[in-house]
Amino acid sequence: MSSPQHSGVPRWVFVPAAAGALFIVLPLVALASRVEWSQFWSLITSESSRAALLLSLRTSATATLLCIVLGVPMALVLARTSFRGQSLLRSLVLLPLVLPPVVGGIALLYTFGRQGLLGHTIEVLGLQIAFSTTAVVIAQTFVSLPFLVVSLEGSLRTAGDRYEIVAATLGARPTTVLRRVTLPLVLPGLAAGAVLSFARALGEFGATITFAGSLEGVTRTLPLEIYLQRESDPDAAVALSLVLVVVAVLVIGLVRGTRSDAP
Amino acid sequence: MKGLAAALVAVVLTTTLAACSNDGIKDVDGSPAPETLTVFAAASLKGSFTRIGAAFEKQNPEVTVRFSFAGSSDLLAQLQQGAPADVFASADEATMDTARVAGVLDGDARDFASNTLEIATPPDNPAGIRTLADLASPDVKVVVCAPTVPCGAATEAVEKESGVDIEPVSEEQSVTDVLGKILSGEADAGLVYVTDVKAAGKKVQGVPFGESSEVVNTYPIATVRRSDHAGTAEAFTDFVTGPEGQAILAAAGFGAP
Repeated sequence: MSSPQHSGVPRWVFVPAAAGALFIVLPLVALASRVEWSQFWSLITSESSRAALLLSLRTSATATLLCIVLGVPMALVLARTSFRGQSLLRSLVLLPLVLPPVVGGIALLYTFGRQGLLGHTIEVLGLQIAFSTTAVVIAQTFVSLPFLVVSLEGSLRTAGDRYEIVAATLGARPTTVLRRVTLPLVLPGLAAGAVLSFARALGEFGATITFAGSLEGVTRTLPLEIYLQRESDPDAAVALSLVLVVVAVLVIGLVRGTRSDAP
Repeated sequence: MKGLAAALVAVVLTTTLAACSNDGIKDVDGSPAPETLTVFAAASLKGSFTRIGAAFEKQNPEVTVRFSFAGSSDLLAQLQQGAPADVFASADEATMDTARVAGVLDGDARDFASNTLEIATPPDNPAGIRTLADLASPDVKVVVCAPTVPCGAATEAVEKESGVDIEPVSEEQSVTDVLGKILSGEADAGLVYVTDVKAAGKKVQGVPFGESSEVVNTYPIATVRRSDHAGTAEAFTDFVTGPEGQAILAAAGFGAP
């Protein structure tokens, strides 16, 4: 069955594999072929485009930071402890990954919105979440958090706990073990997870439009700007789409780089 | 094993390709053959055109009307890419003009309805909105359509006519998005069409304002050039502009063309 020069992969596998690759690459080629290169620079540097790109980068970075703060402890709890209902918890953590983004947006609306579960408490604290950049960050964090948790939990399980046990027998306290042994050990996994979360946050559309609204410089991120521009200026929408694709490719390249460095 | 896999791949590929090329429905030759009329209509027409379609089918039992409802500019983009449609009904004249220039239409467009803006608030009107000028207050969270979409263009025109400068907290992509922000209670007020307020029933409160009559959105309808059912398309347009269609549109809150 196997052909010798391809280490055990049957030859016919290459046909559907190539078809699959084409299926992904062809739309990107089509997108690039529709770009008005003569106007490309002016289209992507217009004031509204710049505002959207900057807002996207800023909110995605903040969301990634939040993902690390919340996600690292979650991954530790999932990978290093065992308790009743843990597998249910693990499924729940994955939920934003499979939920349609608009459903996430509606759920966030009824949590943090003015009429939402926490809306009153938040208002008492003097905070305004609806229609603010904070809402964008919340939406992005909600959809990206699973990427960090899943990535890091995998790394933690792969790394095992041999070194941690040794460190503990040598008298290190749990926090010291976490800081000096566990985290350095899974740093590549953490970096990969963070970059993936950033990429997901950058592409977030559905939850943002549902929960945060769309106002230039405040809540209109790059995907929202693209969606809006395609009504009036398809050329700008295509140009901005390409920018988003390029950023995504760079980000994914970064993940692969950190992955190949992993032990 | 090898042969089975190859056969499987072949089957998947051929069915996929067949599905791709099978998007235009062709009728059997001969007169009273069943006919499917495809109507591309603006999202704001969803309620009334669904009713009109049912009434038209009742009168013409051999015809099935199927609709694609979306933003007018989205529909135009699909038509320009060769989407199979017989009738196009747009929410504004600007989009229809673009369609004509692009050579998508067969013959002239006919105006069949009009729509004006109205303020929509949550049922209890928490910000106490009475006039358009109230929307200019910085304490009121107002949501409007972005100027690039028809309802946003109308909003901009109303602002210009009235001299009221609205500072929205969000510029949404469509009138349904604006309505959604009001229905969920996030926004204090929004500018939507009279027909949207009517369709939302008790879930929103409509606040009419005098300046709205300055900006009237007219809806044109036309037959698509590539249509295989030009005769039926024309009959459908006649029905929409005729007494039955007009009665259904008026009941939904649309004005006369």
